[in-house]
Amino acid sequence: MAPKLPPQPPLQHSNTAVADSQSHGHAAPPKGILRWLLTTNHKEIGSLYLIFSLTMFFIGGIFALVVRAELFQPGLQLVEPEFFNQMTTMHGLIMVFAAVMPAFTGLANWMIPLQIGAPDMALPRLNNFSFWLLPVAFTLLLSTLFMPGGGPNFGWTFYAPLSTTYAPPSTTFFILALHIAGISSILGAINIIATILNMRAPGMRLMDMPLFVWTWLITAFLLIAVMPVLAGVITMMLMDINFGTSFFDAAGGGDPVLFQHLFWFFGHPEVYIMILPAFGIVSAIIPTFARKPLFGYASMVYATAAIALLSFLVWAHHMFIVGLPLVAELFFMYSTMLIAVPTGVKVFNWVTTLFRGSISFESPMLFSLAFVVLFTIGGFSGLMLAIAPADFQYHDTYFVVAHFHYVLVPGAIFAIMAGVYYWLPKWTGHYPNEKLAQWHFWFSIIGVNLTFFPMHFAGLAGMPRRIPDYALQFADFNLLSSIGAFFFGASQLLFVLVVILCVRGGKKAPAKAWEGAEDLEWTVPSPAPLHTFETPPVFHRASH
Amino acid sequence: MDRREQAQVGVRRTVIRTLAVLVGMFAFAFALVPLYDVFCQITGINGKVDATAQSIVHEGVDESRYINVQFITRGSPGLPWQMSVETRQMSVHPGQMAEVDFTFTNNSHSENWGRAVPSVSPSRATTHLRKISCFCFEEQQLEGDERLTIPLVFQLARDLPEDINTITLVYTLYPVDRVIQSVSLDNALQSNTLNDSQSDLRNDLKNNKVVGETI
Ligand code: HEM
Ligand SMILES: [Cu+2]
Repeated sequence: MAPKLPPQPPLQHSNTAVADSQSHGHAAPPKGILRWLLTTNHKEIGSLYLIFSLTMFFIGGIFALVVRAELFQPGLQLVEPEFFNQMTTMHGLIMVFAAVMPAFTGLANWMIPLQIGAPDMALPRLNNFSFWLLPVAFTLLLSTLFMPGGGPNFGWTFYAPLSTTYAPPSTTFFILALHIAGISSILGAINIIATILNMRAPGMRLMDMPLFVWTWLITAFLLIAVMPVLAGVITMMLMDINFGTSFFDAAGGGDPVLFQHLFWFFGHPEVYIMILPAFGIVSAIIPTFARKPLFGYASMVYATAAIALLSFLVWAHHMFIVGLPLVAELFFMYSTMLIAVPTGVKVFNWVTTLFRGSISFESPMLFSLAFVVLFTIGGFSGLMLAIAPADFQYHDTYFVVAHFHYVLVPGAIFAIMAGVYYWLPKWTGHYPNEKLAQWHFWFSIIGVNLTFFPMHFAGLAGMPRRIPDYALQFADFNLLSSIGAFFFGASQLLFVLVVILCVRGGKKAPAKAWEGAEDLEWTVPSPAPLHTFETPPVFHRASH
Repeated sequence: MDRREQAQVGVRRTVIRTLAVLVGMFAFAFALVPLYDVFCQITGINGKVDATAQSIVHEGVDESRYINVQFITRGSPGLPWQMSVETRQMSVHPGQMAEVDFTFTNNSHSENWGRAVPSVSPSRATTHLRKISCFCFEEQQLEGDERLTIPLVFQLARDLPEDINTITLVYTLYPVDRVIQSVSLDNALQSNTLNDSQSDLRNDLKNNKVVGETI
């Protein structure tokens, strides 16, 4: 426990920030690019995060399409195997660290202050810094593709010694980029925790907070706990590569398996970092469009916390085949299955919320419903993989690829899109074009399933992942997957169109844009003015 | 104190605490390295064998069981040596002493240093394998074109778990960079195409480490 601090002096830097932006009217912000470079406003920073994430989503998407184009037919036709490996690696890294994570941070920036009645994030300047680290990190990462020897080619999990002894010379830059991105996430997490714990509207207890705020609070704690471990691992890699240590080098007494333990100690909580905020978004949208309060609010909170705690005890389910002793296999198998219990509680609560609701099917709701169904499929394939002896067979096959894409694309990404459609009226003052949004939804859902469902079968039939060529019997599955991938990729252009149209105009939205929406963000006008809740709102406890 | 000040104090407290956790977790990641080694040593999980000579235990030979012991040898790119073994597999009783000859050949014309790193599978057998004498205990030096035969003397403990019938011993040869030997520097440079000053540093550190502790 930190010592009890004397009440004085007040925190200097945020004091001035608060004073500048609030008490004495608002100084005119600098114009043009400087405004965005220097902004400390949570809404503007939120928008920056979201735009960055969307850009990276397309860059990562193009890499995926290179992969799918090569896999369209058996045989090597379009790219060299070396380049293929760089594409799979970069796709994974960009999607995880530059698309999904920043999107959630962007939503957190926009919505957490609005949902808890705070005027801004607790540390606005730090917030600006956290964001601007990201373009630096990922420009650096992408630039490795043009370096001699090419970019990272060892998979997003960068197992040593592939990523140390056998890595391209650019690996040092990869490590640096990941360090910078990691610092950005850590600072973002500190800011979010500080905001949620200290800046809630008077009268709002922790158990009154909307679930998006709750899930983000828990996610932020996960980030604080595991990002330093990631930083530690890549620092060890850096030393192995450049300073002759042998953390992961058997020749010098190290152990490559240690790398996997450390990586997955970070890696498994990381996958929950990418899904918990999604749970929060869906838990906001489903009650709104079912016009019923969320079923089992408290159990949702406890389930989220339970998932977060358990996520520290399951990491070796990614390592069933490294030669763990039997007791370890059993322990990690059962602990992994145990996670399905709190996850099941959540799914149960969503479905029960729908039960006898007066449901309407606007685009945010469609994406949320698809989330519930398809995420659950991903959870089930996860359960199959959790069976250690079965995983001996499935590991490193396309079945694993199918599993994690089901939890990440119609899971995390659909939830982000649902959130964007849900909150766009608040951000822009206009409803998104519902017709186009619905087309976007149907195209996406067809694309996702066409792409990833056949991968289950390819994997069960034994197709290994991360290969540029494959045996003939997998040709049909891959053909379908590739068609689906291009279809899905193209339909995301519709999403961009809807967002741009919505920013420029559209049906005017009132403060409370959705009939059944309850949280505090719907009490401020649409579009939300740059500065909101400068005097804390009066919080009325809804009956959860 | 008004609300705003209160919030500021709270924010400061939160930041300090989260920073403390951050530092703690970063240190924890590094602490896991020695912890992992200790854990593996006690349990023998990662197949690393005790690298000091053990003495023979006279516990009688269990003639009711035959254990198939297999030997695999592997070279590595940085070292122009070849390692071979007199027999690929042998049958021994638990408790019985056994000896097998390994031959090291230096295929280059220059002297260099290497070491054979052992690994045992299944890893559960690790703690039941006693090595009475092994070339793997220390680094070796071979003159140019030299050929050297060294025996491995070992004994399987009688309490070897019932269900283990086959034990595989893998030896992987690794180059040892000795800065004094300019020849081995050449080797290192061959295997390491990064820049020279870096690989010097690498030699230095690795050398210290390898000399400082016996694996
Ligand atoms: C019921 C819940 C879940 C269970 C039981 C589960 C189980 C597993 C298992 C056993 C593996 C390892 C498979 C192998 O490599 O052989 C795996 C891989 C993976 N899971 Fe899950 N999982 C679950 C939920 C999630 C969620 C929510 C996410 C992310 C949002 C996720 C993302 C991943 C990823 C990215 C991988 C592959 C990592 C890689 O090797 O590249 N999983 N899962
Ligand atoms: Cu996992």
